[in-house]
Amino acid sequence: MSVQSAVAETDLVEAPASGASSLRAQGISAWFGAHQVLDQVTLDITAGEVTALIGPSGCGKSTFLRILNRMHELVPGASLAGRVLLDDVDIYQPASRPTDSRRRIGMVFQRPNPFPAMSVYDNVVSGLKLTGRNTRHSRGRADDLVEETLRRAGLWAEVAKRLHVPGGALSGGQQQRLCIARALAVRPTVLLMDEPCSALDPTSTRRIEETIAEIAPDVTIVIVTHNMQQAQRVSQQCAFFLAAEDEPGRIVEHGPTSQLFDAPTDPRTSDYVHGRFG
Amino acid sequence: MTNVPSARVRTSSVTPELVSSLVAAALGALALVWLLYERILPTSGMLGFWLCWYTAFLALYAVVVGLTQDRLAVSDRIAAVVFSTAGLVLFSVLLLVVGFVVDKGWDAVHHWNFFSETTALIGPDAPLDRGGIYAAAVGTLEQVALSTLISVPLGIATALYLNEVRGHLAGVVRTIVEAMTAIPSILAGLFVFAAVVLTLGFNRSGLAASLALAVEMLPIVARTSELVLRLVPNGLREASAALGASQWETVRRVVLPTARPSLVTAVLLGVARVVGETSPILLTAGFTNELNYDPLHGPQVSLPLFAFTEVRFPVDNAITRAFGAAAALLLLVLLLFTSARVIAGRPLGHVRRRERRRLARAFATATDPTRQVPTA
Amino acid sequence: MTAVVDRPLERTSTESVPLADERAFRAVVRGCAIVTLLLMGLIALFLLLRSWPALHRAGFSFLTEKRWLPDVNHFGVAALLSGTVVIGCIALLVAVPLALGASLFINEYAPRRLRRLLVSMIDLMAAVPSIVYGLWGFFFLQPRMIGLSRWLSAHLGGVLPFLHVHDADTPSSFTSSAFIAGTVVGIVVVPTVTSVMREVFSQAPVAEREAALALGSTKWGMIRTVVIPFGRGGIIGGSMLGLGRALGETIAVYLIISPILDYTTHPLQSGSNTIAAFIASRSTESSSIGLAGLLGAGLVLFLLTLLVNSIAAVIVARSRSGAVTE
Repeated sequence: MSVQSAVAETDLVEAPASGASSLRAQGISAWFGAHQVLDQVTLDITAGEVTALIGPSGCGKSTFLRILNRMHELVPGASLAGRVLLDDVDIYQPASRPTDSRRRIGMVFQRPNPFPAMSVYDNVVSGLKLTGRNTRHSRGRADDLVEETLRRAGLWAEVAKRLHVPGGALSGGQQQRLCIARALAVRPTVLLMDEPCSALDPTSTRRIEETIAEIAPDVTIVIVTHNMQQAQRVSQQCAFFLAAEDEPGRIVEHGPTSQLFDAPTDPRTSDYVHGRFG
Repeated sequence: MTNVPSARVRTSSVTPELVSSLVAAALGALALVWLLYERILPTSGMLGFWLCWYTAFLALYAVVVGLTQDRLAVSDRIAAVVFSTAGLVLFSVLLLVVGFVVDKGWDAVHHWNFFSETTALIGPDAPLDRGGIYAAAVGTLEQVALSTLISVPLGIATALYLNEVRGHLAGVVRTIVEAMTAIPSILAGLFVFAAVVLTLGFNRSGLAASLALAVEMLPIVARTSELVLRLVPNGLREASAALGASQWETVRRVVLPTARPSLVTAVLLGVARVVGETSPILLTAGFTNELNYDPLHGPQVSLPLFAFTEVRFPVDNAITRAFGAAAALLLLVLLLFTSARVIAGRPLGHVRRRERRRLARAFATATDPTRQVPTA
Repeated sequence: MTAVVDRPLERTSTESVPLADERAFRAVVRGCAIVTLLLMGLIALFLLLRSWPALHRAGFSFLTEKRWLPDVNHFGVAALLSGTVVIGCIALLVAVPLALGASLFINEYAPRRLRRLLVSMIDLMAAVPSIVYGLWGFFFLQPRMIGLSRWLSAHLGGVLPFLHVHDADTPSSFTSSAFIAGTVVGIVVVPTVTSVMREVFSQAPVAEREAALALGSTKWGMIRTVVIPFGRGGIIGGSMLGLGRALGETIAVYLIISPILDYTTHPLQSGSNTIAAFIASRSTESSSIGLAGLLGAGLVLFLLTLLVNSIAAVIVARSRSGAVTE
């Protein structure tokens, strides 16, 4: 326990990105109260690659995503079974703290949620403050971090002169990129994205896809998307989720994206990717 | 891959480790403070002891948590303890207040004469098996009933004006009503005293007290009723208008019946608020020990006034009676409160069984071409 | 064939002539609203009118004179005002931290199943009549607080001179003080303040809470960064609402203090007075100028509470939390 916290402490602001992590979900089942929404989902997410989770609405993709960073348990009455191994360490073991797991596995939400009263600058460093890394002593380093993450998120050019504008004053696409920068600032090794572009215009969508492509080698990315063209554009691996009527969600098929789209083995996958049902 | 346990993962934040560190810190602080407090430092008193213990407990807990976790977790845990303490203190105060009053008044309350006799014929040091709150209870019931009679129609009508009619004055009236809810209750009494007793020349009486209570109750009833009316879905009003009903008919047949349970709740809560008010009646009700059934003539005692005057006698029995009256007040408030909750629990537009049967009959009549249409 | 006449289109009027019962309904309802409106105005008017003889005689010294001798024209509310303000502030000092802690406890830390029960208990606390709190304060709390008062005056009386107490050896120097009365008043208003704060905190946006937690924040970090900043308007508004109630609290103060007609400069010392308690104590006043003076004091209290509550309303309306809560 103290070794883990010691590792977290030495993760200094100016250290280089610690390299992407692998994430392995084994036998994940999930419930909301008595209602089961996922059944024995197993998936290996390769480090440094982009994995897309596709499938119709309501089959548990977002729930699965939230299990990966221990956000699922925050819902009252929610429970789960199984293991999630981050670099071969189960994040659900009693000795692991949820806050550590969430820092190392970042998340970008469907609707942009910057802290509206804080400035752009403060939004980006907010994660550092919240996870106990002091930015007071290393002001210069904090400035560098802000610039670095905003650049990686593709937002620097637009806000470089407006860092003290409140986060809520930006446009939707800019806010989402700000959220990406904020998530990157705490140096996660995995980044989960829950339909990040669904509320945005095509230009912002394109920018964010460029961001994904750029940060992918350093951060493992798992993205839930309804847009199959997007899945094909950004991901190398793909998993197809499906829930039959009154059944919990399961993975029907997973593998390299090109294979899933061009030569799927399961007929249901083939039906879905060819748009025969949504 | 298939021999993964399907047992649910425990994600509760209350771990054995948490409980054991709390207990350890609590006991350690107790031992430490007892040693220092009683033996070494020249301090004394229960309150001081527990305050010192609490500080020591927090410090020790911070140290214990800090042994295995970082600063962030320590501040998180301490915050959790501090906030939980605040909650615990608040609810303990409630229990303490209720418990103390009931305990102190018990000696008076468990005599039957407490509820059936008045204090008119006895002195303050009379034994507890004589005298009681009968006159006071009568006074409270009459005054509260009168004030409800005055303020509820006025308040609901004002709420109707604000929400249904929405005239030009609505904004002003709403602001004034909001401001009125914050008037100190003594000023309501002072106003009625100045207006009714002084200017109009009436004597202090139960009616004057009711007027003061009504002044206090009116804005509360008006504001809560307005909120209740706002909750009635607009679709109902539109449907009624589409059927050709006038606004008054819509209000009478659709809005008010739908809102009835919540309106009753609002009224009950207003009454609960006002039933124990002492200051408005201090100036307006006059004082007497005698039983007075007539609120229009002569001073009239009520429960809060009874408690207020009895407690000022430096005599144990009188003080016990005062607590008994206070306990009776608490009971009244509790009754009103629970009735309000029970009624509020019914969903909006809940129709009682009797009503349902009547409506079913009316519907059958309306849709059966062979039946005679009953008049009205 | 008729020529097309070039005329601007006349709009058909949709204003219908209201039916008789409709008109009656509107008239009755409007009348009641006007009565309510007038009532408030009447209160202010009556207080002013009836107190005018006294105010006129005293002039500005009504606010600066501390003695109350209406028959020789030396009377004013200065001492009463000081006591009202001191007790109000002490009540705030007691109520606000307790309310803040309790509201966050109910919303964030208490088991969810208990939440409705806890909220009902707070509402019940608000409904308990203040005479009950007054009786409890005098018989239960005061004897137990004397030790605290004594400790405070002994140890901090040197550093903070206003905590000093004369005759610190006799216990009765510490009873019936503004400190004890203020504490009881604080307990009277704490449920109101807690309700307001709790209501506001519960509206903190879930999206922002999730954002903080997803970054790796602890629960306290999330509360500090999202919930409390969001609820700032509610915190201040609720506190000022509590202050308004505390300034007007009569019975709890009356039952505890030992009334004096002097400034309340030493809150730990026995003896204080507030406008409300003073009016209550003179309820059998018979001299007309004395009554007029009482009404003048009432007017001052009225204006004071009106001011405090208006500021509270403005602050709540301007804040983020106020904008959310309609």
